Amino acid sequence: MSFWQDPVAVIGQWILDLLISLNLPEAWVTFIYTLLGVIVVASFGLILVIFLIWVERKVAARFQDRLGPNRAGPYGLLQTLADIVKLLTKEDVVPEKADRLVFNIAPILSMVAVLLIWAVVPFAPGWIGTDLNVGVLYIAAVGSFGILSVLMAGWSSNNKYALLGAFRAVAQLISYEVPMLLTMLVPVLLARGMGMVHMVTAQDTWFIFLAPAAAVVFLISSIAELGRTPFDLLEAESEIVAGYHTEYTGMKFGLFFAAEFLHAFTVGVLFAIFFLGGWRGPWAEQAPILGLFYLMLKSIFGYFIIMWVRSTLPRIRIDHMLAFNWKFLTPVALALLILTAFLDKIFSETALRIPVLLIANLVVLAIGYVISSAMTRRQAKQRVKFKKRPVAKPA
Amino acid sequence: MTVEQGIFLFIGFLILFSGFMMVTRSNLVHAALYLILVLFGVAVLFVLLNAGFLAVVQIIVYIGAIAILMIFAVMLTRGDVTGEAITMNSVFGWGMLLSSLFGFALIIMLGQWPAVTSLAPALPASWNELVEIGVAFLSPQGFVIPFEVASVLLLAALIGALYVARAPKKGE
Amino acid sequence: MIPLSWYLYLAAGLFALGLFGAVARKNAVAILMSVELMLNAVNINIVAFWRYLAPAEIGGQIFAIMVFAVAAAEVAVGLALFISIYNSRKTIAADEINLMKW
Repeated sequence: MSFWQDPVAVIGQWILDLLISLNLPEAWVTFIYTLLGVIVVASFGLILVIFLIWVERKVAARFQDRLGPNRAGPYGLLQTLADIVKLLTKEDVVPEKADRLVFNIAPILSMVAVLLIWAVVPFAPGWIGTDLNVGVLYIAAVGSFGILSVLMAGWSSNNKYALLGAFRAVAQLISYEVPMLLTMLVPVLLARGMGMVHMVTAQDTWFIFLAPAAAVVFLISSIAELGRTPFDLLEAESEIVAGYHTEYTGMKFGLFFAAEFLHAFTVGVLFAIFFLGGWRGPWAEQAPILGLFYLMLKSIFGYFIIMWVRSTLPRIRIDHMLAFNWKFLTPVALALLILTAFLDKIFSETALRIPVLLIANLVVLAIGYVISSAMTRRQAKQRVKFKKRPVAKPA
Repeated sequence: MTVEQGIFLFIGFLILFSGFMMVTRSNLVHAALYLILVLFGVAVLFVLLNAGFLAVVQIIVYIGAIAILMIFAVMLTRGDVTGEAITMNSVFGWGMLLSSLFGFALIIMLGQWPAVTSLAPALPASWNELVEIGVAFLSPQGFVIPFEVASVLLLAALIGALYVARAPKKGE
Repeated sequence: MIPLSWYLYLAAGLFALGLFGAVARKNAVAILMSVELMLNAVNINIVAFWRYLAPAEIGGQIFAIMVFAVAAAEVAVGLALFISIYNSRKTIAADEINLMKW
């Protein structure tokens, strides 16, 4: 295995040999080796954010017919670094009546919650932080720290807008966790395992062809989990200032900001792993570095959809947000889960497996759409109609 | 001292300290946050005990749902969330006496039990926790009836909670 | 290696703390939290017994999962009751909810 095919394995082996040659006890060697791995994976995520913020600003600018950042460095690449310097030099304000400890822990927790997901992301064959056998559940578990950080930030700021934002955030995040978890179970059923490496190796056909409806529901509910437009009720600036991070300044605000961007990309990565085959592609097994390239390519596809939705859709109203979740996404996700379990068992190992699952998915999605739009129309009829009043017309 | 023991001592201290803070803080949101620390510590203990699935479920169910529900309830049931005048009720002293007696009695009784110093035996080869749990929950020889009863219980709790907590309609 | 006793002593301590909270706290939500502490102490014990005394049988872990389910149901109903009581009586201090007390 040459260096250019698999640099991580070569460097890792070199460090391991170095540590063993130092004659440390075995437990310490494992500890230091693991710690180095943690640092590498976490720094990868953190450095990625710098790049992602630039990408997002550039793409959003193009959607709005602007140029975006283009002054600092070539194509404005250094803009984010300049912003970081600006954020670091800002005054760090803590409100007088705020709960200092909780207030300061919340932004760190929000960043940690996202970084923890990267521990189980399989970047390429053999490149993974740790291959837990409960990988998918672990991702769901880590997500709850994100909710907690929002609640802590909103409560400790001692600001009514922050608290309102936190309430909204928790209502939204907990609700949308339900369809997200249910659709995450569909790839688990298809792969017959919860480990992330197993998930990738099981995708001889990408799961998006077996479960397109599940992929759509997963992406929508993940965008809601992110709290981005059109689901940005938790920081709706025209209603509740900035939601849970109203009182945050400087780098503490920067942490929330960076965590959101990294989370958006992480959703892209998870989408790629669950539905687009992860690092799989031509010659990825021979040269793992190609696998990393494929994963990043697929992730950027998911990330682009998220950015696209963000810059084209307006904010959804709060009752519509909850109704959309409980009356459309959750029933569809439940139906998909049950159907997939039955059909995948009945047609496993036969040639019919892929077409049957594909058609079943599309049918469920269509039925869900028809029912929910019929319900919307019926509600629209029941709405109170007012008599038309004369309106002043321009002369 | 091995690494495992170090982790256990740190987590054990964290659990007991946070548990103590939880039962003594008058600020209920702080108490709930300390409760989350305890729950997280217990999840780490589950990992030390080779029960990774339980650890993850502990975090999803307790931290992701129960603790957040607790904080929500604290905020919904009070005008101000900063603290209350009296933390403890009138039988506070009796409670302290009873619980410390109970705790010491437990520890003394455990100390007299011979199996208490046993070390963990190796897990059977080819141990796959997820497969074992899945089979146990769904096989008729296993725990399929408790599993179904638990799901009925959760459904009943869901409906009951909705019915109890909803705002009373006019004229009821 | 960690002997079984460490887990049992820790669980005993946690259970005693939870018992104290359940008996002595005034606020009903805090009492519910203390009950959660006690349930967690029991869960530590169950899983430790499974790991040290009967690792070949999955029953210990199943038992712990049942405790999770019961705890979730208990908290959902309990908090719903407290919110309902708060809406009608404006207090959730446990010793002031005494309408049914003779």
